[in-house]
Amino acid sequence: MTDVSYVRTEMLEEKAPPVSQAGIIKWLRDNMFSNIPNSILSIAALWAIYYVLSDVLPWTFKSSWNANSLDECRSAIAATYGEGTDGACWSVIHDRFLQLVFGFYPKALYWRPIVAFLLMFVAIAPVLFDGLPKKMLRFTMIYPFLAFWLLWGGSLWFPLMIIAGFVLGYLAYGVVSKMASSLVGMIAAVLVPIIWWLFLSGDVATMLQSIIPLSIEAVSSSNFGGFMLSITIGVIGIALSLPIGIVLALGRQSDLMIVKVICVGFIEFIRGVPLITLLFVASTLLNYFMPPGTNFDLILRVIIMVTLFASAYMAEVIRGGLAALPKGQYEGADSLGLDFWQSTRLIIMPQALKISIPNIVSSFIGLFKDTTLVSIIGLLDPIGLSTNIRANQEWNGVIWELYGFIALVFWLFCFSMSRYSMYLERKLQTGH
Amino acid sequence: MANAKKKLIVSDEVAIQIENMNKWYGSFHVLKDINLTVYRGERIVVCGPSGSGKSTLIRCVNALEEHQEGKITVDGTHLSSDLKNIDAIRSEVGMCFQHFNLFPHLSILENCTLAPIWVRKIPKKEAEETAMHFLEKVKIPEQADKYPGQLSGGQQQRVAIARSLCMQPRIMLFDEPTSALDPEMIKEVLDTMIELAEEGMTMICVTHEMGFARQVANRVIFMDAGQIVEQNEPEQFFNNPQSERTQLFLSQILGH
Ligand SMILES: Nc1ncnc2c1ncn2[C@@H]1O[C@H](COP(=O)(O)OP(=O)(O)OP(=O)(O)O)[C@@H](O)[C@H]1O
Ligand SMILES: [Mg+2]
Repeated sequence: MTDVSYVRTEMLEEKAPPVSQAGIIKWLRDNMFSNIPNSILSIAALWAIYYVLSDVLPWTFKSSWNANSLDECRSAIAATYGEGTDGACWSVIHDRFLQLVFGFYPKALYWRPIVAFLLMFVAIAPVLFDGLPKKMLRFTMIYPFLAFWLLWGGSLWFPLMIIAGFVLGYLAYGVVSKMASSLVGMIAAVLVPIIWWLFLSGDVATMLQSIIPLSIEAVSSSNFGGFMLSITIGVIGIALSLPIGIVLALGRQSDLMIVKVICVGFIEFIRGVPLITLLFVASTLLNYFMPPGTNFDLILRVIIMVTLFASAYMAEVIRGGLAALPKGQYEGADSLGLDFWQSTRLIIMPQALKISIPNIVSSFIGLFKDTTLVSIIGLLDPIGLSTNIRANQEWNGVIWELYGFIALVFWLFCFSMSRYSMYLERKLQTGH
Repeated sequence: MANAKKKLIVSDEVAIQIENMNKWYGSFHVLKDINLTVYRGERIVVCGPSGSGKSTLIRCVNALEEHQEGKITVDGTHLSSDLKNIDAIRSEVGMCFQHFNLFPHLSILENCTLAPIWVRKIPKKEAEETAMHFLEKVKIPEQADKYPGQLSGGQQQRVAIARSLCMQPRIMLFDEPTSALDPEMIKEVLDTMIELAEEGMTMICVTHEMGFARQVANRVIFMDAGQIVEQNEPEQFFNNPQSERTQLFLSQILGH
């Protein structure tokens, strides 16, 4: 009989894996050539990538950066890289860069949009990342008015009077809701500022301006253009569409018939209409509805339309998030005695928004790209400008370089938003 | 001896009074002529076949469901459609659900401090101390900084109990708190509930844990088809059921 009992006296050393199990060969085998059909697909895909890049890369790099017209650029490329070389004329970007960024904003005042743009990051930082001091949120609240003043200029009293409207609304709510119910308080909080803004704030601002003049050079909306215009419209639309969308989504769920009907009607109407028609309404029709004599800024009208449009989509995105919440969450909150606003703010919305993050960010990205539609109603966003540039004698015929550059800039913005949303999702992950 | 102890706690102060209560879901008559008086310190176990209206009954007590006829008085407050009354009652009546209904986006500690801070307006620090006290009581203080998704079912249900207790309720409602749990976790939740009962909390528990009913209940209520069919003290109820339906029900759940 053989003895089967066995005791190991020495532990085995770890060995390096065989070549087929490590490094590049294993990777290639696993990821590209795991079987025959996959290998064929991989080879076809590699060939396609090569085909595209072999055309695009030389075009991109055999280029000219300093030329004042298309002809000059073509001959510069021909001189450097030989006759018949097809190269990119990046000189058009070089030549018109400031215009593509600032439109026709006065050159001497470029610092204002730049400061506004940089301060925007300070303002959104405490919203995007936690761990920053809560006090920074105060700046975030002032920022919209500050940015407005920096971009359009004029009297500082004007934005201050708009802020005063919010303060008045807050005070009205405090006073009225104590005297009557909180619903009446809420109505007062809406009505008082509106009356203030429509009938009083303008005169008061003019008066204060004449006593204590505080103003910087005003810039007319017609000078706005380029990426500055896209970012202005996009950022305001994004910042407003989220809260309005939340209100609409809640209104859609309301037990109050009239609130519900208004919200559903608004959402369904806006979603059923192409944005471009809304923009045409903004550019032509809207003035008919305004009291005669009011000169309602075109960009402002466009911003309103873009915001309304985005809000309707946002409302539906958030409704999806609300619907995904189990009923138990509402009951849990109710059973603890939280009232409607408390449970909405503390329990329901945080979770509904978290579920909706990918869709909310998609909406934001869509909105930002849709701002290019304003070129159709004659605003000079980058697309509108490039039509202008191409109509010019010198740059007649430039296509890829201009649109490629614009696409790249848009892509940078949209890609950052998308990365941020992934970061946020990971951060808010509280499951297993 | 056990009986004597149970009787002692029961007072004649009324905690919940339900008079001729009727409720319909659309045209479906879920609760029919319910009359029930619960005295302070009483522990009541409600049982009955599925769909008999047990959950609906206790959910009416804190107005998670609206009743159409009859009168419910909780702690002297009449339950009407006045929202102020409802919120007041809900903050006095704790409730634990079958599926815990913890808030997954908040840590365990935040789950426990949320309502005291926002409803009772207690300073955060104090609320956290209270929360830790009750988390210790349900024996999971070390989990305070985790999120509900990281806890086992039994632990989550104990957090849910602690969360309710943080509001210092005078009445606790339990809707099948153990029926979503694995057998080895049922005991830890029942132990917590037994401890609570022994401290004299007024409790209504919908449960099929008959051992629990025998040990702590003053009264067992049997419901069928939206009606209270039989109620009795546990010994009598289990050993000597009067109605045929009760006998059938007991033979089904105790039979195997
Ligand atoms: N929201 C609702 N709408 C319509 N019918 C409902 C609703 N909720 C419950 N019901 C019905 O009311 C009856 C009683 O439901 P309830 O949940 O109170 O039963 P239960 O005794 O708790 O049963 P289980 O032991 O299964 O939990 C059931 O027939 C159920 O189908
Ligand atoms: Mg039930």
